Amino acid sequence: MSKVTNIVVAGIGGQGVLKGTDILADVALRAGYDVKKSEIKGMSQRGGSVTGDVRFGHTVFSPMVPGGEADFLLVLEPTQVEPHRHMLRPNGVLITPDAVRADQLPNKKTLNVALLGALSAHLPMAEEQWLASLRAGFAETFFEGNRTAFLIGRSSQKSDSRRPTAAAPAS
Amino acid sequence: MNESNRLLLSGDEAIALAARHAGVALGAGYPGTPSTEILEHFSELGGQAQWSPNEKVALEVAIGAAFGGARALCTMKHVGLNVASDPLFTVAYTGVSGALVIVSADDPGMASSQNEQDNRRYAVAAGVPMLEPADSQEAYDFLWAAIEMSERWKIPVLYRATTRVCHSYTVVRPRENNGAPKAASFERDIRGRVMIPAYARPAHRRLRQKLVELQEWGETCRLNHIVEGAQALGIITSGISFMHVREAAPEARVLKLGFTHPLPMKKIAQFVKGVGRCVVIEEGDPYLVEAIRAAGIPVEGKPDMYRFGELDVPRVRRILNNDVSPEPAKPPGKPPQLCDACQYRIVFEALRKKDCIVAGDIGCYTLGVLQPFEAIDSCVCMGASLGVGLGLRHVLPPDQARRVVSVIGDSTFVHSGISGLVEMVYNPPPTGHVLIILDNSTTAMTGHQEHPGTGRTLDHEPTNKLVIEDLARALGIRRVHVIEPHHGTDEFDRLLADCLESNELAVIIARRPCILIAKQLKQYEAQRCECDAAPAPA
Repeated sequence: MSKVTNIVVAGIGGQGVLKGTDILADVALRAGYDVKKSEIKGMSQRGGSVTGDVRFGHTVFSPMVPGGEADFLLVLEPTQVEPHRHMLRPNGVLITPDAVRADQLPNKKTLNVALLGALSAHLPMAEEQWLASLRAGFAETFFEGNRTAFLIGRSSQKSDSRRPTAAAPAS
Repeated sequence: MNESNRLLLSGDEAIALAARHAGVALGAGYPGTPSTEILEHFSELGGQAQWSPNEKVALEVAIGAAFGGARALCTMKHVGLNVASDPLFTVAYTGVSGALVIVSADDPGMASSQNEQDNRRYAVAAGVPMLEPADSQEAYDFLWAAIEMSERWKIPVLYRATTRVCHSYTVVRPRENNGAPKAASFERDIRGRVMIPAYARPAHRRLRQKLVELQEWGETCRLNHIVEGAQALGIITSGISFMHVREAAPEARVLKLGFTHPLPMKKIAQFVKGVGRCVVIEEGDPYLVEAIRAAGIPVEGKPDMYRFGELDVPRVRRILNNDVSPEPAKPPGKPPQLCDACQYRIVFEALRKKDCIVAGDIGCYTLGVLQPFEAIDSCVCMGASLGVGLGLRHVLPPDQARRVVSVIGDSTFVHSGISGLVEMVYNPPPTGHVLIILDNSTTAMTGHQEHPGTGRTLDHEPTNKLVIEDLARALGIRRVHVIEPHHGTDEFDRLLADCLESNELAVIIARRPCILIAKQLKQYEAQRCECDAAPAPA
């Protein structure tokens, strides 16, 4: 079985965790991969923890990232790092709000998109594909702000030499 | 959306899309995680969808539509089927003229539920065929299959999904050509649909005959299929567990059951004979393994510890390895809580101060059980706050009985609190009773759905409005108070004290719209004033 790329996004209600996984899954779909996205959102509106799993590759079976097998853990809220660290595989990549400088972002709400930008530097999908998903996923008026945030995040990882190779798209 | 027609849909969205493509004439249900999005999405796609006061009424409406020859869909969460079980057991006898698909969205692991009952048991108990999808593509395909089975055998079909199927997004390729359903039209069938004993006795025999035919069909139908693999290990599975199995044991030979009642026992027996070790992997109750063993077919089940909670890939690996060592505890996340500006906070603070014994109910306000309030003493099922509170009042010594209060939300009150209120009027405890209805003008917990008390339909259009205080007064309750709880005043505390001391029956409606949708509600109200087009109640 070819390699599946596993990403876990975590935060608390209202931070745009699920919007982030929507965009991520959409990019992978547009790139031709098999994609599955799983989320637990039952009580998220009441400020509880929210987690979304995105998996893509040639063929994905379970929609849930098995514990200890996440290639990437994206955490939007610093308090949520420890509760989710067990999801990360050995040598997996942890991306936290520290990846970007908050004062450079167009606004606080774009943190989810900025961290997607940071994640994007490690993934095989092209910048244009990400921007297309960002354009489709939000109202047009938010696009410029999101683009700025995304590019800030994307450039933040340039010094990171380790770029794991993800699976080839499904035929 | 995409050139190759690949859609990334949740299971709920896939069910809605298939229902729309299949020309389902009416979808009825009551909101409940993880089923809620089905009807919302069906409505967005242009389908006729409605929230009923509760699941029993929703199913009855859907039965009527299916008696009329239409294709009908009824959706609910697993515990909703308990409420709707009365019509379910008898519509199995009557059968339908059109199609009737009942979606039960189960919640193994209780992401947002009060229990993790396994509704596959209902298929056996009521005697209806059952389908279990494993991903969104199957959610789409199986809805079609359920409609076709329902029309062919004139029988309601139980469509059992679970949280991970409903809320996971996976790729769907919809059907190219959709056949048009036949037009609704009434055909009289008194002996078939009027279940007096004389007509019900033959109806029961007809039902059992249908199930015999369905079982035979299930032996060869495409809903049950084998994934080839090495003979050493065979796995029998259904629903989301199939996906975990394929990942945990890619080498195994797998019998994937999509049509799980009645079970294709000949196919199962043949499969088991053809493999070395055979393990049944299923989430929740040991439903498959018990049925297969009862048929005299030797299979392994899972250790009892895996009956609790959801399965996932690591747990399936453990089951296959007979690993019963304690599982690693998951670090706790941040628990949900009542919103900072929620009106319920004031109510729970007051209840706490008076040391009330609180019979609670199902909704956001159940969070009043957590710190800092810890002001709920029971939560059983939708509407139970009334009956439980009254029962406590009847038996407790007077000094305790006088502190008992029932607390229920507006949507839950309409769902199944009204008959509890009738009970309160009919059998009043000697100390009286106090009911607090927390009216935030929405079904907040499940994501802000409308209900009869909001005066708006599922798609937020104006309709007739149930006025809760008018209803309470009409039932004969003299102390009916409507109050908007505020911080910085002890108005609510004083009202509660008055009611508790009165020894009478009292209903306090604490009304303030949910702050999360205050803006939306104003928009709806503005639209309502503009058109004011709701039909007048008769």
